[in-house]
Amino acid sequence: MTADTSAASPFEASGLTVAWGGRPVLWNVDLRLPARGLAAVVGPNGAGKSTLFKAALGLAPVLTGQVRLLGEPVARVRRRIAYMPQRNSVDWDFPVSARDVTAMGLYGRVGWFRRLRRRDLEAADAALDRVGLGNYRHRQIGQLSGGQQQRVFLARALAQQAELLLLDEPFSGIDTASEAAILDVLGELEGEGRHIVCIHHDLRTVAAYFDHATVLNAVVMASGPPAEALAEDTLRRAYDASGLKPRALAAE
Amino acid sequence: MNHFWQVDFPALLAAGLASGLCALLGNFLVLRRESLLGDAIAHAVLPGIVGGFLLAGALASPAMLAGALAAALVAAGAIQLVRRLGRIEPGAAMGAVFTVMFAAGVFMLEQAAGRNLHIDADCVLYGQLEDILWLDAPDIGALPREVWTLAGVFAVAAAAVFLLAKEIRLAVFDPAFAAALGFRPGLVHLGVVLFVAAASIASFEAVGSILVIAMLICPPAAARLMTDDYRTQILLSVALGIGSAFAGYGLAGFAPALLGASWSLNAAGCIAAVSGAIVAAGALFGPRRHSVAAGAPSLGRT
Repeated sequence: MTADTSAASPFEASGLTVAWGGRPVLWNVDLRLPARGLAAVVGPNGAGKSTLFKAALGLAPVLTGQVRLLGEPVARVRRRIAYMPQRNSVDWDFPVSARDVTAMGLYGRVGWFRRLRRRDLEAADAALDRVGLGNYRHRQIGQLSGGQQQRVFLARALAQQAELLLLDEPFSGIDTASEAAILDVLGELEGEGRHIVCIHHDLRTVAAYFDHATVLNAVVMASGPPAEALAEDTLRRAYDASGLKPRALAAE
Repeated sequence: MNHFWQVDFPALLAAGLASGLCALLGNFLVLRRESLLGDAIAHAVLPGIVGGFLLAGALASPAMLAGALAAALVAAGAIQLVRRLGRIEPGAAMGAVFTVMFAAGVFMLEQAAGRNLHIDADCVLYGQLEDILWLDAPDIGALPREVWTLAGVFAVAAAAVFLLAKEIRLAVFDPAFAAALGFRPGLVHLGVVLFVAAASIASFEAVGSILVIAMLICPPAAARLMTDDYRTQILLSVALGIGSAFAGYGLAGFAPALLGASWSLNAAGCIAAVSGAIVAAGALFGPRRHSVAAGAPSLGRT
C-alpha cells in the first residue's frame, strides 16, 4: 500500500472555512500535506487546529470549501481513517478497561448490532502490546497515568489498521517513557506507509519529531519542512496575533 | 394470601418494573454526566401528558404517550437552544426549560381539574401504587394495564440496550470518535431522551414522577460507586432499582405495623428513600469511592 496511495495527498483542504457560533475559526484554508513523513499542525490555542481535524471528519460545520482524505470525500473512507481526539475530551472515570477502549477501534469493522468476537479482543490486545501496555489490559482507564491513557488512545487507532491517522495532541501532558513509546510506534507506522498527521503543541520538538510542519492560526501561515515553516517571523505573526508568545521564542 | 395476590403483588410488579426500567435508562444519563437531564425530562413531559389526556379524555391513551414524547423532544430542543443562544451552562439551561414546562403542565392540570376530569397533581407526583389491583388474581390477562405498559416499555428498552450495547457504550464514552467512525452518537442520545420520556409516562401513573427521577439517578449512581466494569454497572443498577422497589414497598407495608403504629407510609416515597440510602451506603462503603473522589477534579468535559 505504499506506492499507489502515496501519489495522492492523504490530507487536502481547499477553500475551507468553518465557523462555530457565528465566529469563523478557519478561514479559506488551503493545505496539501505530503504523502510521506510525519506531519505536524502547530499554532496557538484557539487557532482552529482541532477544528481542522473535525471539519475533515465531517464533525464541524463547514461553511465553504472541502477536505479530501486519502484523495476521497471522508464519507467514502471513514473505515480507513483513525481519529484520536484530545485526551481531555472523554471521561476517564468511565467504567471501561484499557482493552475495552482499544477494542472500540474495531467497532467500525464489526458493524452495527454485532458483538465483538474473540479475535477482535485478540487484535485489541495485540495493539495494546504494541504500545507497551499489554500488562494493563484489564486496568480501568482512570487508573492509568496520563501518558498511558494517551497510549491506550493510540492503541485504539492502531487496532483500526487505518491508512491515515489524525492524532490530536498525542504528546500533550505525558511522561518521557510514553512520549518515546508513542514516537517509536508512529515511526513504525510511517515505515509501513501509513500517513500520520499530529496536532502538536510544543514548538521545541517539532523539528526533532516531524518531517513536515504547518503553522495555523485561522489561516495557513506556513507549510513545509519544519526548518522553513517555523521561521521566526512566521511564528511571531502566528502567535503575536493571539497575544501569546510561542514557547520556543519565550525560551530564548 | 389472596390479599397478597390482589393488592401487594401487582403493586410490587409495577414498582419493580418501573424502578428497573428507570435504573436501566438512567445509566446513560449518569455515565454521560447529564443526570439532571432525567430530572428535566421527567418534569417536562407533564404538559405533554396532560395535553394528550385533555385531547383523548382518558388515562393511558396513545395520545398521552405521543404528547409526552413530543414534550420531551421540545424540551431537549429547547435546552440546546437556550445553551447556544444564551451561552449558559447546561445545568442552568435544563433548569430553566423544565421548570417552565412543568409550570405549564400544572396550569393545564388546573384547567383539567376545573372540568372534573380524573387527573391531579398528587397523582402525577406520587403515583397511585396502592390503587393498582389484580382483582381476578390468577388470570394473567386481567393484570392491571399499568403493569402491561411498564412490561412492554421495559422489554423494548432492554432489547435496544442489548442489541446496541457497543454502539451505546461508544456514543456515551467518546461521541467524537463514534462520529468519526460513522456511528451516530446524536441518534443514540436522542433515543435515550425518548426512552426516558416513555419510561416517565409508563411509570408516573403507578409510582409518580418523584420516584421516576430517584430511580433514574440513584441506582446507577450507587452502582458507579461499586464497580468499574461496564456490564456489571448496568446489570447491578437494574438489580439495585428492583431491590429498592421491593425493600421500599415492604418497608411501607410492614414498618408501621411492626412499630405498632396505625399510620401508613407512602410506598413510592419509601422506595425513593431506600434508593437514596443505597447511594449513601455506596459512598461510605463502596469499593470505588476512593478512586471516584481522587478522579473528581479532572472529570470536566471540554
